[in-house]
Amino acid sequence: MAIMSIADAYKAAIREEMRRDPSVYVLGEDEDIPGGMGGAFTVTNGIGEEFGSNIAVPTADGSALEFKGMDDFGKIRCINTPISEIMISGVCVGSAMAGMKPVADLQYGDFLFCMMDQLVNQAAKMCYMSNGQVHVPMVMRAPCGATNRGAQHAQSLESYFMHVPGLKVICPSTAYDAKGMMIQAIRDPNPVLVFEHKLLYGGKRKEAGQLSAMGEVPDGEYTVPFGKAAIRREGKDITIVANMLMWYKAVQAAEELEKDGISVEIIDPRSLVPFDYDTVLESIKKTGKLMIVHEDHYNCGWGAQLASYVAEHAITDLDAPVVRLAATDTPTPFSPGLEKFVIPSAKTITEAATRLAAL
Amino acid sequence: MRGFPKKEKALGMYRKMYEIRMYEESIYYLFLEGIMPGTIHQSTGQEACAVGMLYDLRSDDWMASTHRPAGHDIAKGISTRAMMCEMFGAKEGCCGGIGGAMHTGDISVGAIPANAIVGGNLPIAAGIGLAYKMQGRDNVCVCFFGDGATNEGSYHETMNVAGLWKLPVIYVCENNRYSANTSIHLTTFAENPAADRAAIYGIPSEVVDGNDVLAVNKAAERAIARARAGKGPTILELKTYRHGGHSRNDACGYRPDGEEDFWINRNDPVKRFRKVLIEHGFSEEELAALEAEVEAEIEDAVEYAKNAALPDNEDALKNVFWED
Repeated sequence: MAIMSIADAYKAAIREEMRRDPSVYVLGEDEDIPGGMGGAFTVTNGIGEEFGSNIAVPTADGSALEFKGMDDFGKIRCINTPISEIMISGVCVGSAMAGMKPVADLQYGDFLFCMMDQLVNQAAKMCYMSNGQVHVPMVMRAPCGATNRGAQHAQSLESYFMHVPGLKVICPSTAYDAKGMMIQAIRDPNPVLVFEHKLLYGGKRKEAGQLSAMGEVPDGEYTVPFGKAAIRREGKDITIVANMLMWYKAVQAAEELEKDGISVEIIDPRSLVPFDYDTVLESIKKTGKLMIVHEDHYNCGWGAQLASYVAEHAITDLDAPVVRLAATDTPTPFSPGLEKFVIPSAKTITEAATRLAAL
Repeated sequence: MRGFPKKEKALGMYRKMYEIRMYEESIYYLFLEGIMPGTIHQSTGQEACAVGMLYDLRSDDWMASTHRPAGHDIAKGISTRAMMCEMFGAKEGCCGGIGGAMHTGDISVGAIPANAIVGGNLPIAAGIGLAYKMQGRDNVCVCFFGDGATNEGSYHETMNVAGLWKLPVIYVCENNRYSANTSIHLTTFAENPAADRAAIYGIPSEVVDGNDVLAVNKAAERAIARARAGKGPTILELKTYRHGGHSRNDACGYRPDGEEDFWINRNDPVKRFRKVLIEHGFSEEELAALEAEVEAEIEDAVEYAKNAALPDNEDALKNVFWED
């Protein structure tokens, strides 16, 4: 057992799976360039050193670059790629069909849109179209969340992919889950999108507004199965379902609300496809009140799916309308004050929960 | 002719070409009769590309096809019966009736599901080639695409790494001069849009008469040998022609008569090869017997497929995810 950041927990999972299974490999832009970061958020830093990589290193006299492992793919399993999202995703699909297990780093989840054909038309449909002749075990690591970078490096886009049959969508948010769910993702025989919140990594790259998500991580292998939500806090008056950064904000709100005698239960779904509806239904039997919080946009965000599911299956357990807090239906503004304004916060959660408790 | 194939191979290639021709013709008539569901993108006229490229490939060498896959699939070894069943959406189709005309494939013969997104299969084939390299296998992957695909971003993203990483993939452009209805001269400045763009990616290329099965086969042999030896990819641009329209309802009103006459009447790949075989001493009777055999096989495939069982509704719900 060690205390580590989420970034290091992901690294531990990837490293251990690569040691265990020679078909696992990583690829991406700046995946592990010596002297570079290791992806945009340090997760794959050092992987190339252990498993071999295509790299350029300055010569001893500093006069030039020397290139190593350029196309030596029997020996290297950490591939630094060009900025080429269609290629990265397509190579994942093809190599996965042919028996490899690619783990791709996108740097920013927003770049998923540059590879939509490969994700939606190819990866998600190969097993189905072939009537189960082939399958596509690939992991796409998509850093997400608003971090003062403006509209194109800010999105929480997990809901888009929940609409695509054939893709699994997960969003780990503790160090324990990061390792266990990444191992589960690598071993899953299907395409898995892993959304990793930039403010929770706790890596060497500091971010304004980051939260400490350091946590205990067991040594060695373990898995956290998909489709099982985590109850992050027990309570009896209101159920809040929130993922990634938002459940941390909800915990801060719950501590405030407790002072006013409002007891909040917080559920982190952890995986969105498959989704653990049962844990939510159980909780609202007890509380009768449901609030959903996500950093994804309001319109068709995953909260809309959950709210409609609850309406179909358990509306009589509710004593009040479902409340949804989400990022506004605007692109994300840069100016840090505005960015805070468009995203739910502990304060807005507290206010909305106070109103809900009074109903 | 120097390097003329042995008798068995020559006849084998002709048989495959004729099989594709008869299969596509029967599909055409089944559509006219209105008894076949869906749409069609026929490969009639491009038989030499499919057979020349794939005849010498091993069954564990994978092939990635396009929305016009029948010729490739039959050349790679899928039975006409399994193909025909798929066309009827039947359970015994090569993809259980789930895939359909644009997604035919059979991994046991090395045909991955055909890809109906233009250019969609290009990076997938690169991934297959990368896997072969990582696994230390001497396999090669053959990836077909049309001239239209060379204007997709996926073409350039893929060729960039295929050359850089020396992937064992043979990229085969079947240049049939039209992107659906649109002339190649409206889509690109390049005369040979695949081959002319190969050098910038460090990939050797050849422009080949795609209606000459022996020329295609020779080029394939060279490219396969290169890839197997670890020397990387080749781009082959095969000049060919669709006899029919882009799809079911396309009467080709946009093509000049002279062009059609040149390609269809004077350069039909099946007729050309038949003539070459006769010149090399094969008898009229021998070829006629082979043709009769193929015609009977196709007729049987059609009759079988017409009466084949359809999938159960529950089959539509399977294989969304792979279960270990």
